[in-house]
Amino acid sequence: MLLRRFGGGFDTCEDAVQEALLAAATQWPAEGVPANPKGWLITVAHRRQTELWRSESARKRREETVFGQLPPEQEPVPGQDDTLTLLLLCCHPSLTPVSQVALTLRAVGGLTTAEIARGLLVPEATVGQRISRAKQRIRASGAVFRLPPEAELADRVSAVLHVLYLIFNEGYTASSGSSLFRVELSAEAIRLARQLRERLPEDGEVAGLLALMLLTDARRAARTDADGGLVPLAAQDRSRWNAEAITEGVELITTTLARAPVGPYQLQAAIAAVHDEAATAADTDWREIRALYELLHTIAPGPMVTLNRIVAVAMADGAEAGLRRLSEAEGDPALAGHHRVAAIRAHLLDMSGDRETAAVQYRLAAKRTLSLPEQRYLEQRAVELSE
Amino acid sequence: MKYLILIHSNEASRQAWEGLSQEQRSDLGRGHLALRELLAESGELIVSEGLVDPSHAKRVRVRDGETIATDGPFAEVKEHLAGFYLIECDSMERAVELAAKAPDAAWGEVEVRPIFDLNGIEF
Repeated sequence: MLLRRFGGGFDTCEDAVQEALLAAATQWPAEGVPANPKGWLITVAHRRQTELWRSESARKRREETVFGQLPPEQEPVPGQDDTLTLLLLCCHPSLTPVSQVALTLRAVGGLTTAEIARGLLVPEATVGQRISRAKQRIRASGAVFRLPPEAELADRVSAVLHVLYLIFNEGYTASSGSSLFRVELSAEAIRLARQLRERLPEDGEVAGLLALMLLTDARRAARTDADGGLVPLAAQDRSRWNAEAITEGVELITTTLARAPVGPYQLQAAIAAVHDEAATAADTDWREIRALYELLHTIAPGPMVTLNRIVAVAMADGAEAGLRRLSEAEGDPALAGHHRVAAIRAHLLDMSGDRETAAVQYRLAAKRTLSLPEQRYLEQRAVELSE
Repeated sequence: MKYLILIHSNEASRQAWEGLSQEQRSDLGRGHLALRELLAESGELIVSEGLVDPSHAKRVRVRDGETIATDGPFAEVKEHLAGFYLIECDSMERAVELAAKAPDAAWGEVEVRPIFDLNGIEF
């Protein structure tokens, strides 16, 4: 919108919107929320854009691109803001996912390149380059700073949801040297999902993703032990789960499922809700989870859905039923040799009392996984079963 | 995902190197510069370095609290690491595509190894 109104470049508008959000964050608590907050943001962004144009750092850019196009003086603006447009632009289809993540964190999240670099565990120069290259690509693609046509909107929003999910998962990690910064990425993803939901309150999948993040993040404190090792869901101390986040997530997914067309994020949130609402692991309603995975398998099949569904079948109908399904599923090339097949087989064999074979399968899974915390957990299980 | 592209030096690669003209050797250096620039420009480069000859290497052990450093690789070491690119990209397919641009791939081979993910999903 700023681009349309004032004809500025993407860089300048992005900076101006960030400045406005920053001003809102620092001024609203002190001065109270203005009567028309969104319009106020545009007004402030507009004013800041003018300031940026005048500032020394923007001089060169101004001379190159928008010389003589200084914006008109402030005028009342309608109650509309740019966050959604900016999010959609940051997740533009001409960009790779890693670039979409970096640009979204910078332009919408307002994180510095140094903060993004610490969160993603890459050098600052790499992040800086990803951002500047992403901006170049957007410019080269001829994308404009306005909402895409209705027909494209659903696909474009779904790309934003994917990027927010990636950011959330980057932060939802076992503890490591940089864990604190990575935790901030999860919080940032939740914050951005809330912002997106304010813009698209009717979209069931936006609400579904927010609920999924809340219900997953609620378990954070319990999912790693003091040494940073992964604690499986069944062994987590549920008193350490965040009850407030669970209440909010459950309420959100319940109301959303009742009114919106169902989608994969909503179903995953519903599954997380069933887990989070069980007072103990033994109280988990696995029949409900199995039904939800069956639904998920129908609308969004994938190898991980297949495997999770098998776990639910085993928990509801017994290990033997799960093991049979697992052997059938292995025929899928996407699952052949996958470490999760071995990990689940190990778990089901352990359930059925075959500790020796279970240990062999845990070792196989440990060897195949690409995740360090998972490898530590799987090796530990193998050792426990061999004792 | 992060990947390490490893460039090994071994009997075959050393023989191939011996057979290269001065011009071909310069091309090889330029090829590495070009790959480095491409990776830096695309935002996929994390770090890239070449290693000096293993005759400069030290092997380090700590025994009973005492550090013992011994010289170079042993005579029987047939293969050593000559250089590496640590990259981050979207898939193994993309990592292979980038590794194929290392000039060494044209006359020897390079290796791509995924780096451990620090994220894990509780079971």
